[in-house]
Formats: sequence, C-alpha cells, structure tokens
Amino acid sequence: MSGYKRKPYGKMLLMGCISIILYTILLMRQDLINHYFGKGGLYAVLPIVTAFIFSYIHGTFTSCFWTVLGIEAAKKKEKKDA
Amino acid sequence: MHEISVNFINLDTINIIYLFMIGFVGGLVSGFIGSGGAFVLTPGMMSLGVPGLVAVASNMCHKFPKALVGAIKRARYGQVDVKLGLIMGISAEAGMLYGAQIQENIKNSFGDAGSNLYISVSFVVILALVGSFVFLDAWKVYKSETIDEEEKPTRLACWVQSVNIPGTMVYFKSLRARVSVLFTIPLGFATGMLAATIAVGGFIGVPSMIYVLGAPSLMASATELVIAFVMGLGGSFKYALHGLVDIRLAMIILAGSLFGIQLGAMGTTYVKPFIIKVVMGLIMVIVLFSRVLMVPVYMSQLGLIPTIPEDMMNLLKNTSFVIMIVALATGAFIVLKSMWQGYRTATKGGM
Repeated sequence: MSGYKRKPYGKMLLMGCISIILYTILLMRQDLINHYFGKGGLYAVLPIVTAFIFSYIHGTFTSCFWTVLGIEAAKKKEKKDA
Repeated sequence: MHEISVNFINLDTINIIYLFMIGFVGGLVSGFIGSGGAFVLTPGMMSLGVPGLVAVASNMCHKFPKALVGAIKRARYGQVDVKLGLIMGISAEAGMLYGAQIQENIKNSFGDAGSNLYISVSFVVILALVGSFVFLDAWKVYKSETIDEEEKPTRLACWVQSVNIPGTMVYFKSLRARVSVLFTIPLGFATGMLAATIAVGGFIGVPSMIYVLGAPSLMASATELVIAFVMGLGGSFKYALHGLVDIRLAMIILAGSLFGIQLGAMGTTYVKPFIIKVVMGLIMVIVLFSRVLMVPVYMSQLGLIPTIPEDMMNLLKNTSFVIMIVALATGAFIVLKSMWQGYRTATKGGM
C-alpha cells in the first residue's frame, strides 16, 4: 500500500492540531455553542458552515493519517482508455 | 423561523467514545457501499437520551460532510458519476420532503406508535424485497464463477437504456449510455422518500442504479455518496432552521466517521465489485430481522393485537437494537476482511 512518495507528516500534524483545537473549542464552549446553534432561523447557517469546516480540516487529517500509516488505495496496473 | 427549545444532552467521555466508535463503523460501511450507519446512529443517539428529532437532525448534519469527503475520495478513483448523483440527489431532496410530510400526517392521525409502525413496515417490506434480491444476486455471481468479469447491465437496465424520450435524454458516464431523466427522477424521489422514512435512502438508491439503470456496483455505491450529500445538506438546513441540530453530536460522530469513510473508500479499490452487493444485501437482510421484532410492539401499542407485557416489549426493543448493531458490525467485518484479502493478493501479485 505504501509507495515511494514522501509521506505527508507535516500536513497531518498541522491538520491534526487544527482539528484538536476545533474539537476542544466545541467541547469547552458547549453552552455558548448550543445557545446560538439551537436558535434556528438565520442561525441555521452556523451548523452548516461548521460541518463544512470540520469536514475539510478533519477530512484532510484522516486522509493523511491513513497515508502515513501506509494504507492507500490499490494502484491499478491497466491504463485508462484514451 | 420559530425558536424551539430543545434539550441538548450532557456529554460525558463515555458518550463521546461511544458516538465516535459508532461513527467510525458507520463511516467504514458508508465509504464502501455508499450508505448505511444511519439506522444504528439515530437509535444509538436516542439511547443516550437525545430526543428523536434532534437525533435525526444531528445524524443528517454529520451525513452530508461525511458523504462529501467520501465522494471526493472515490471520485479520485474514477468511481463517481457526479451528473447522475446531482440529478438523483435533487429529486431525492423532493422525495425526502414529501416523505417527511407523509410521516407528519401519519403521526398526526395515528400518533407515535402509528408512525413507528409505518417506519417498521416500510423497513420490512423494502428490505425483504430489495435486500434479498441484492443478496441472492451477489450469491449467484459468486456461484457462477464470474466474479472477475465485468458486470453486465440487467435486462431491465438494457431496456431502460434503449428507451428514447426526446428532450429528456442525458448521457451518464457510469452507464456509458443516454438515459431519460424520466427514469432517474422517480428513482431519486423514491431514494429520498426512503431516506425520510428509514434514514437510509441508499437501500433504494444503490440497487436502483445497479439493476434499473445499469451502473456498475462500484460506481453506484460511490454515486450514492453524492446523492447523500445533496439530500443531507438540504435536510440539515431544514432541521437547522428549527434549531434541532446538536452540532456537538454531529461533529463527534463525524470525527469517527471520517476515519471510517476514508478506509471504506480505499477498500473499494481492493475488492471485487460483487462484494459491494454482498455487504449491502447482508446488512439489509439482518436489519430486516431487527425491524420484524418491532412490528408486534407497535401493533400492540395501537391496539391491533393483544397488549404485550412491558418486560417482553423491552426485550424485543433491546434485541432489535442489538441485531442492528450486529448488522453494522457484520458489514464492517466483511469490508475489512475483503480489503485485507485484496491487499494481500495485490502485494503478492506486485500490484
């Protein structure tokens, strides 16, 4: 599964740290977050934007995590049709 | 919009670990078959004391970012048909709104037990028909020793692809054919209706893309992630307008499911396509048994059959929940096992 490419250690660490910070804020400021996110109406954009931010940061981290562990997609031998 | 006061539960470490783990397994299965996990996540959250609507809303809000990450990952492997996903996703959105309205009407007329009975009967009928069909098809492929051959469209799919309705034809790369959107729209609509009813639209979406439209299993399961993203985004916004999304629950589940979905997506590159059908069919059949157990409970609550004693009801409810977890765990086990076998074959063959 592992190739000859350099593994994304730096990116994993950076995204991992940002991800930890985001989750720490989420859990440390639960009351404040619940207050605003549970308001509804125009505040509905808050959970949607939050979900996009978390998916980008944490998604990049998890992708790098598996790559660093050496778990990657199979590389097919056959070439795509022209 | 109205502000609804909802009780967001207190989260302790055990709850967080529990949600993370279910998220991981749900994500693993979703990354592989395009859907799944929601049928365990919603009752799983409710078992922590989360109100039903908040559980549904929070599940929805973790689903769309998860599906987005999974779809992007699988698009890199050339497995996603974005056009088909968007067309079916938009019609699924309409189906979901319609399905939610039906649910609301049933709830107003027959109460919670009536609504629950409707959900369980839908589960049983659809899973019995579609689940057994998918599973038997996978079994047939396995027995026929054609597992290495490219999948061929069914006779129904060939007919669908041969119908020409001017002004409605669209070329889909997953089908390698032009198909009328008059076929894809009802299928998307049904996917959305099922998502509104049992939370897993993919149990209709994926088999319909395979057997009715003629998409290969890998592309159907990957394209389902696009449908789930479109549906989940719209659904989350609808619930968020009413302040029903508990973002903490959604993001904790997302934390686990993003690990899982990456792994499940990578898993699809190591397995033979019929494994997708095996996992999906098996999960559907096991979940079917789980829901069958709940039918007498709701029938009893509605007075359609003699009252079932409280102890027996609790036993049926708990057994049903455990069977659902078994369904998800079985799916995850097959995904990991197939992935491991595929990896070993690939490394031995110098792939």
